[in-house]
Amino acid sequence: MAEAAADDRSGPALAQAGSAHLPGRDRPLRFAVPRGALFADTLDRLDALGLTTTEVRANDRRLLFADVGIVTMRPSDVPTYVEAGAADLGITGKDVLVEQAERDVYELLDLGYGPCRMIVATVAGPDPAAEALRRLGVVRVATKYPKTATRWFERTGRQAEIVEVKGSVELAPLTGLAEAIVDLAATGTTLRENHLVVREELFRSTARLIANPVAHKLKGPAIDAVVQRLRALDRPAAGAHAD
Amino acid sequence: MSLPTPSGTRDFLPDEMRELRAITEALRGVFERFGYGEVATPALEYEAVLGRADLAGARPAYRVVDDHGDVLVLRSDMTVPIARVVATRYAAAQPPLRFSYVAPAYRKVRPHRGMSRELLQAGIELVGAPGAAGTAEALTVLCHALDATGLRDYRVGLGDASLYPALLSALEVPEAGRRRLLDELVAGDFVGLEREVAALGLGGEEVELLLGVPQARGGPDVLEGPPGPVADAVAGLREVRDALEPAVAARVLFDLGLARDLGYYTGAVFEVYDPALGAPLGGGGRYDDLLGRFGRPLPAVGFAVGVELLHAALTAEERGSGG
Repeated sequence: MAEAAADDRSGPALAQAGSAHLPGRDRPLRFAVPRGALFADTLDRLDALGLTTTEVRANDRRLLFADVGIVTMRPSDVPTYVEAGAADLGITGKDVLVEQAERDVYELLDLGYGPCRMIVATVAGPDPAAEALRRLGVVRVATKYPKTATRWFERTGRQAEIVEVKGSVELAPLTGLAEAIVDLAATGTTLRENHLVVREELFRSTARLIANPVAHKLKGPAIDAVVQRLRALDRPAAGAHAD
Repeated sequence: MSLPTPSGTRDFLPDEMRELRAITEALRGVFERFGYGEVATPALEYEAVLGRADLAGARPAYRVVDDHGDVLVLRSDMTVPIARVVATRYAAAQPPLRFSYVAPAYRKVRPHRGMSRELLQAGIELVGAPGAAGTAEALTVLCHALDATGLRDYRVGLGDASLYPALLSALEVPEAGRRRLLDELVAGDFVGLEREVAALGLGGEEVELLLGVPQARGGPDVLEGPPGPVADAVAGLREVRDALEPAVAARVLFDLGLARDLGYYTGAVFEVYDPALGAPLGGGGRYDDLLGRFGRPLPAVGFAVGVELLHAALTAEERGSGG
């Protein structure tokens, strides 16, 4: 019985499917959009894609804008929604993707905005982290990125006790909670104001476009169109070349 | 008092079991109708035996030492145990051989929707049926089985595991670079892929191939005119397409970038997608070298469907959510 039903559906429309027309509900692509530092630049890009973001800009508290295909959230929640398929596409920082490396999402495009660096910092003067390693054998590291920090210290062959904090990491070395921090720095102003200096750089981060792997297959043409237009926006020359 | 089950495992109570049973019975009916007899094998196997296969993405995660000091593992899939069965119990049997199973596999996955560490799989293995005809039969059984459960909106992505490696050798990408490119591809990191390709310092046409081929997915037009280096793999996919009945062909989405992370696939690979689920609910492919490692060199193809994932997709379709 179910087979007969399937046969009915496999008319010419389905036969030429594959590219444009897919079985199932046709809703517009849904974007997971990060509130915070990447918010404004992201909405500008979505405007350029032809989405109407006026309502999103005007509403601080509303989170779901179903009609335009936008759902707003903390940047660190973006991979969660995209992995589960609750959003087809998402924008978040590379820092978030590195920290949540186990998420099954496709990383499609480096959007270039929101540049910052993942760094190790300590108070200025003689390096207290080096001293702790030399004399105590282990350095205490406060961070909002425990996995990133753990991997970095493992890879560089140093024993570290990772202390996870949820906010204002800069406080940790000033109060004796930790000798060092691993954190994201954009301009370095916050570090300077707290008399911290950068000792190491782990990687550079920018905003990335990510996709749900199943959506990437089932909504291929729509997603490719988004990628192509965003590419053309950022690098007009490269965009022309891609055609 | 807290009496938990191990992380990633859970109990199944009557309402859910009744629905799961209906699904597995529907699948079994189709497997049986196509001549795939059901087999069962021990959940525990010798590590030295299962270790003959290259499992890459699905290495057994649970080990125990038995009373003789031998290391036992909980099987991480059914394909490798069935390869052992074929080599030992059907050592002289005339191929093709057809087997099916509905059995749990054990993997150390991060528990999330439908992904238990004790993962109920339903699938088939078709042994001794080479090339496009064998692959087409497996795809046909897959689609009929999914249809029988009542799943409506699924598609089957079809690619070839040998395609990208063939492209890499054709372009004479150095060995070290190959590994890095394949890692980025399997991880789905196209930004990383672009960076690694740029680092190779190749010409514009080569760069376009290395970045463009894995993004080529869609209808049969994907198989028309892709250039030189991947022509063999693409011709193989075209053969598969031509061997499919129309209702099955209509479900297929060609995907030149499809890379599954099980190490033993040698040719055609496929995955099942449903718009209601964020992850593939099953997949399979050709593993023409695996049986040779067990002493019975025969080409083979098979697939497994995650029964809990299929159940989740069916309920989501019923609710009309997702997608």
